[in-house]
Amino acid sequence: MTDALYQEYILDLYRHPRNKTMLKNFDFTRHEKNPLCSDEIDVFIKLDKAEKITELGWTGEGCAISTAATSLLTDYLKNKSKADISKLSTEKMLKILGLPKITPARIGCATLGLKAINNAIK
Amino acid sequence: MITKKIKQHFPIFRAHPNLAYLDSAATTQTPQVVIDAMNDYYAKYRSNVHRGLYDISITATEKYEAARKQMAKFLNSAPEEIIFNSGATFGLNALARSLSPRLSHRDNIVLTRMEHHANLVPWQEMSKHYGFEIRFIELDPTSYQLEPNSYNVIDENTKIVSLTQASNVLGAINPVAEIIKLAKQKSPKVYTIVDAAQAAAHLPIDVKKLDCDFLVLSGHKMYGPTGIGVLYGKKIMLEEHLEPFMFGGEMVSDVTYERATWNEVPYKFEAGTPPIAEAIGLSAAAEFITKIGMNTIVAHEKRLTDYALEKLTPLVNIIGPSTPSPSQRRGRGEVSRLGVISFTIPGAHPHDIGEIVNRAGVCVRVGHHCAMPLHKHLGLVGTARASAGVYTTKKDIDKLVSAIKEVKKIFG
Ligand SMILES: Cc1ncc(COP(=O)(O)O)c(C=O)c1O
Repeated sequence: MTDALYQEYILDLYRHPRNKTMLKNFDFTRHEKNPLCSDEIDVFIKLDKAEKITELGWTGEGCAISTAATSLLTDYLKNKSKADISKLSTEKMLKILGLPKITPARIGCATLGLKAINNAIK
Repeated sequence: MITKKIKQHFPIFRAHPNLAYLDSAATTQTPQVVIDAMNDYYAKYRSNVHRGLYDISITATEKYEAARKQMAKFLNSAPEEIIFNSGATFGLNALARSLSPRLSHRDNIVLTRMEHHANLVPWQEMSKHYGFEIRFIELDPTSYQLEPNSYNVIDENTKIVSLTQASNVLGAINPVAEIIKLAKQKSPKVYTIVDAAQAAAHLPIDVKKLDCDFLVLSGHKMYGPTGIGVLYGKKIMLEEHLEPFMFGGEMVSDVTYERATWNEVPYKFEAGTPPIAEAIGLSAAAEFITKIGMNTIVAHEKRLTDYALEKLTPLVNIIGPSTPSPSQRRGRGEVSRLGVISFTIPGAHPHDIGEIVNRAGVCVRVGHHCAMPLHKHLGLVGTARASAGVYTTKKDIDKLVSAIKEVKKIFG
């Protein structure tokens, strides 16, 4: 039986997160916290001259949901533009994560990386 | 002996028959007698206290003052040493604000590594203004008990020692009376404060035996309503040392347009209309505890804690004293830890643990439990915490254990 929340790909991303690295050269960074579970995340964003995202990295200890979400989000945003970031909504984030019906208690987890990236470029 | 019949006193278990409520350290459930006591106030004699000459106001005043007496009995103090307020956080903030102006940059205060934010942040804030140093009694990282070698942070310049009777994360019980005695030897004018928020429903509290100057607790952690707490202060402390920290009605004796003089204790510390229904509810909760008997509660929770530790130890990392050791410093009939069990599971984040056990109707808390520095100190991002109350049964623990096995299956 597959778990609706803890699907194989989520658990896989939790065990092997993507882009989980600190960038030495970056244009934007941000530290963000989920007050509910005390998860912390740092994001790093590097742009080229045309404001296209060339590199994205993040560090932190998160739950399965926030780790999978940040992994998929950072993959998604590569080669997108800075303006594309501000177009992202919570709904879009949940779509990227593949869990559109997540419970309200976990939305904070699913959007922690998004919040950090959004605040980083502000 | 407490049996599972005790759940019948708590209407929440009728609303949720399968609830395994293991979050009593955050807040306890409410017995019907507490709800009834508050309903009676609202339905039968609601009126303000200390103000009206009419019958129902006299009744309200009597009940409110009877509640004070009940809480005094609960803590073994005199009634006028009991101040009602909104809870432990309020009590600690009031003490920090009122006592700190007596301190200077030459002084220090002593806390422990395991304090709740409520017994840390108010002191940090006051330290910014008055310049005193904040010192910590250390934690032994293997036994999760306070490190007696570090009691020597208390010296002749220590003006305040404020510590928790029991940790809301580790479940460790501190040798509070011993530390207070030591503090008074080293620094005779020291003010001693006990945070009994976590202990109040689970350990006997006797302010005379503790010999503390002040003690705080919260009603909602001892089967009482939310929004009510007690600040106990030795009479001489309330009369001569603690300055009023809130001003308004009821706390004054004489007021002109220029100045005011204060009412006697405890009223000078109860400005404004107090939480009347809540105080009456809290006293019903204290009576509920007393009727069952604190020793019976201690024995019941010890049995459950031992059982939980035995079942959980092979499955998780317990962050706290793991086996109750009889060789502890404490005296006869006392226990070495509370039924507050924090744990981690390698490879599973506390948030995911909380989510999965919730599917089985098991309520645990996850995160840092308002003790962020303690978690950082122990190198942890967070923990999951299961905590017991009078209504906790072995079946609740069994549910937790099988839910944890499910967590390990998913994250294994
Ligand atoms: C040890 C301790 N102190 C203080 C508090 C604060 O209590 P309240 O939130 O009721 O003011 C708590 C509550 O979690 C606690 O466990």
